[in-house]
Formats: sequence, structure tokens, C-alpha cells
Amino acid sequence: MLEKLFGIHESALQLKAKRVEVLSQNIANADTPGYKARDIDFRDALRAELGYGSVTTTHQRHFPNLSGSHTNEVYRIPYNTSVDGNTVEIGLEQARFGKAASDYQATLDFLQGRVTSFKRALKGE
Amino acid sequence: MSMEQMFSVAGSALSAQLTRLNATASNIANASNVASSSEEAYRGKRVVFRTLVENEMVGTETKFAGSVTVEGLVDDPSLPIRMYAPENPIANEDGYVFKSNVDEMEEMIELTAASRAYQSNIEVLSTAKQMMMRTLEVMKA
Repeated sequence: MLEKLFGIHESALQLKAKRVEVLSQNIANADTPGYKARDIDFRDALRAELGYGSVTTTHQRHFPNLSGSHTNEVYRIPYNTSVDGNTVEIGLEQARFGKAASDYQATLDFLQGRVTSFKRALKGE
Repeated sequence: MSMEQMFSVAGSALSAQLTRLNATASNIANASNVASSSEEAYRGKRVVFRTLVENEMVGTETKFAGSVTVEGLVDDPSLPIRMYAPENPIANEDGYVFKSNVDEMEEMIELTAASRAYQSNIEVLSTAKQMMMRTLEVMKA
């Protein structure tokens, strides 16, 4: 029962943390020549995390999915290119970073709600 | 753990931007330096950044992939400005001195750009800290 307590939010929280991290790398590399901005395709990543649409093995001699828990990172297509080959558009990245951070906190709120109701159930309130 | 990685990446960017600020400060300080030959004249310095593509161990510390490092310093290739100043004690036999090729305007822009980038990374650090604190408090509810 306990492993189902957090439902989808457990995987979601991990992915959202990963996304914030990827976006922070973009901001850190805003001035690095040739750096290509990256992002996570959240929908695909979450589906993969939950096991939907992933390749499964049905025979013992099948090869397992070698990519393991791959993170669905994709390169961003910039609106404007720059001479040094860097594709980070700092304003946009900052906006996305802010949104990703609040998305993370939203998931935290959902988790906190689960914890609160679970505690209440234990106390018999 | 991913949060730790965020601190390390943003921290590396801070130190890289600081190097850039230092180079700019040095350029501005030497902007009006003169020398007696073209080779000796001060040339503007630019910092070149590089992204780490894999985790690297430096001593006991891990530098995570995605961190920024300073690849090196490059000199501005443009020619120093030749000025006729026979009264200058370091003027060459023809009476010329060579002024550094630093463009102050460009340096001011570089300075602003570097300090803005620095601020962005500070913001990333403080957001990461907030997220971490919030996460620790989830079970307290």
C-alpha cells in the first residue's frame, strides 16, 4: 500500500528535478561557444518512467532495453542563432527555469497533501 | 544526486564568469597603456569557456557534466593603435608609441554581460536552495 501512496508524483518529482537541473545547465552555459541548449520532453520521459510504450522483452534470449533509464533529453531549436554556435537564449531559459521550479514545488505540494492525509488516517481523525 | 549537481554546475558558472570579469577589469585597467613596439603593446584578453561533457574527478571533488570551465585566454588579434608622441620617453626612434587595442565601450558591454550572467547563476543557486529546503519539509506536514 505504501509504495502506492505517492502514485504518479514520485516519478514526476524526480523528472521535474531532472528538468530543473538540465535548465540550470543551460543557464550556466549561456556564454560557452558551441553549447547546445537541452531540455527534457516531460511527457515522453514520464511515460517511459511509468513503463508505457517502452520496449519489453517477452523471451529470455531477447536483449533488454540497453538504454536503461534514459532521460529523454532533446536539443532545443532556437528562435535565433548566434555566431559562436551557442543555442541558449538566456531570457527564455530563465523563464523556463522559473516555471520548472514552480512545477517542482507544485508536485511537492501534491506529495505533502498525500503525507498529510496519510498521517490523518493513521491518527484516526 | 541531482540537487547537488545543480549547485556544482551553477557554482562552476559563477567562477567562470568571475574569471571573465577579471579579464575585463584587466583590459579596462590597461586600456590606455602604451608601449614602444607593436609586439609589446597590451592586447585585450578574452576568456573562452568550455562545457564538461563527462563527470571529472579533481582531487576528491567531482566536477559534473554540464559544468563550465575556462578553456583559456585569447588575445584580441586587432593591431595596437600607433600614435605619434615624440615627447613620450618610451617612444621609438621615429617618435611613435603603440597604445593597447582595448575598446573601452566593448569592455563595458562585456562587463555588463558577465555580471548579468553571474546574477542569473546566483538566482539558479537560490532557487535550488529553496527547492531543497521545501523538499526537506515535505514529511513535516
